[in-house]
Amino acid sequence: MFLPASFTLGESMKDGNDMEKQRNFKKFLYSNNTAGYVFSLPFIVGFLGFTLIPILVSMYYSVTDYKLGQEANFIGLQNYLDLFADERFMNSMKVTVIYVVISVPVKLAFALLVAYFLTKQRRGVTFYRSLYYVPSLIGGSVAVALVWKTIFSRRGLANAILAGLGLDKISWLGDPKTAMGILIAMSAWQFGSSMIIFAAGLKEIPTTYYEAADIDGANKFQRFVKITLPCLSPIILYNLVMQTISAFMSFTQAFVITQGGPNDSTNFYALYVYNHAFKWSNMGYASAMSWIMLIIISALTLIIFKTSKFWVFSESDS
Amino acid sequence: MRTKHRIESVLYHVLICGFGFIMIYPVLWMISGAFKNNTEILNGGLSLIPEVWRWENFVNGWSGFGGISFGTFFKNSLIVAGVSTFGTVISSACVAYAFSRIKFKGSKIWFTAMLCTMMLPAQIILVPQYIIYNKLGWVGTYLPLILPHFFGQAFFIYQMMQFIKGIPRELDEAATIDGCSRYSIFTRIILPLLKPSIVTTIIIQFYWKWDDFMGPMIYLNKPEMYTASLAIKQFADSSSTTDYGAMFAMSALSLIPVFLIFLFFNKYLVEGISSSGLKG
Repeated sequence: MFLPASFTLGESMKDGNDMEKQRNFKKFLYSNNTAGYVFSLPFIVGFLGFTLIPILVSMYYSVTDYKLGQEANFIGLQNYLDLFADERFMNSMKVTVIYVVISVPVKLAFALLVAYFLTKQRRGVTFYRSLYYVPSLIGGSVAVALVWKTIFSRRGLANAILAGLGLDKISWLGDPKTAMGILIAMSAWQFGSSMIIFAAGLKEIPTTYYEAADIDGANKFQRFVKITLPCLSPIILYNLVMQTISAFMSFTQAFVITQGGPNDSTNFYALYVYNHAFKWSNMGYASAMSWIMLIIISALTLIIFKTSKFWVFSESDS
Repeated sequence: MRTKHRIESVLYHVLICGFGFIMIYPVLWMISGAFKNNTEILNGGLSLIPEVWRWENFVNGWSGFGGISFGTFFKNSLIVAGVSTFGTVISSACVAYAFSRIKFKGSKIWFTAMLCTMMLPAQIILVPQYIIYNKLGWVGTYLPLILPHFFGQAFFIYQMMQFIKGIPRELDEAATIDGCSRYSIFTRIILPLLKPSIVTTIIIQFYWKWDDFMGPMIYLNKPEMYTASLAIKQFADSSSTTDYGAMFAMSALSLIPVFLIFLFFNKYLVEGISSSGLKG
């Protein structure tokens, strides 16, 4: 009954059938839809398995009191209510925002300035660019964070320099303001990759624009403001979005250098989430925190994109 | 006029070099610290050249802690970074090809999903991922550190797509006329031409994974499985009196692979960074 059709048919028919099946299969295999899904399958599986499902799972756990190794009980919005009453959490939001708002513009301004000076047609520019890229290359590593920690320790290099200048020693990591300052400086120090992106963008600006401005009698500053900045604005937008997101999530530096201290003054968001999730195993609470962060970052990205209409210049507008 | 130009030029180079020197001073200081002892380091000597070259720091550092040498840690780092880089390249190239060259049903939705993933910070899904991996019994293995990379990574997919856009479509069309399918166009045309972008991906992903600290810290619990970055942090914390010289020696060693890649593939790296997300 369930024998394959070809089994009961004559030999020649069987061949024909098989061939047709094969042809159909080939047609199916080589169609755009199949090929498209075959090639994008890794992403689709990964997106569902490693992004979408975890996000949904965290939504569920954010309304439970889940701790590792214990049962998860539904507690409604209690975690969220607790969060807004949690002074350490509010403080961690505050210090993270301060860090982002200062470090990102400083870093980008630095990157743009250096890129601007390094696009001039001079010898050694490539070498200099590599030199300035070194901090970005290794800055994210634990090794470099430990170096910074040692430099700013009580008897470290920074204080030795101060002593050499006849100044008093400073407890760099003991004072909330300097501790934050060190982390901001360290982030600005890694301006290399933004700089390379800017440099590539600067190269794309047609020199005729500058020549025309020269003829009209524009000075260097005017040329920078009226030509360089508008032409570069899409790249500034890209750098701004990417750097803001990564600054919001900075973890390693604070974890190694300040451990969030002194007095929670550098207790960044990612650090606080880490502590709740992995130190105190409050997975439910940490999930709620992740959700708030997701909402904040999405809103922020959206705001940047929406406002970009007013300051990002695109070719199609002109 | 000519002398004025020359003075200006010299001034430019002196300023740029001087500033560059300040920029990499902490790195140089670390390297020289690898040859100093605790008192020399902690008493804040500005000098970059140690009085005595203490090679024994490397021997002390290499012996690691808990009877596990840094050889093991470097080997672990190499495995994790190497395998996940391999996975990233293969999967991202396939996905980039699908998104940029094949029109299929739903491709727009998946493309949008990819852009969203690119802007989604990894830490946000860290907690639920941990919960899931924990239930699957993957915590304490390399799986959470390696496996997700075999499913494409949005940042690299996007970068490769930008690159594929620059490959003339006429090549695909000519190949189709010659009887190539979608699959052979990928293996015979796109993949070979994608080489520069692949090299960039290898470099960036390798050093991201090599430097990764949070992942290994969360998922690895046996010291013999630690990666180098985690081991260095543990080494710094392990005893009450940290051997700074040995710590810096190992730190310097851990940066060598990154530097080597940078030296040899500098050109690709700069091109890759500048092409990612510029045009388009």
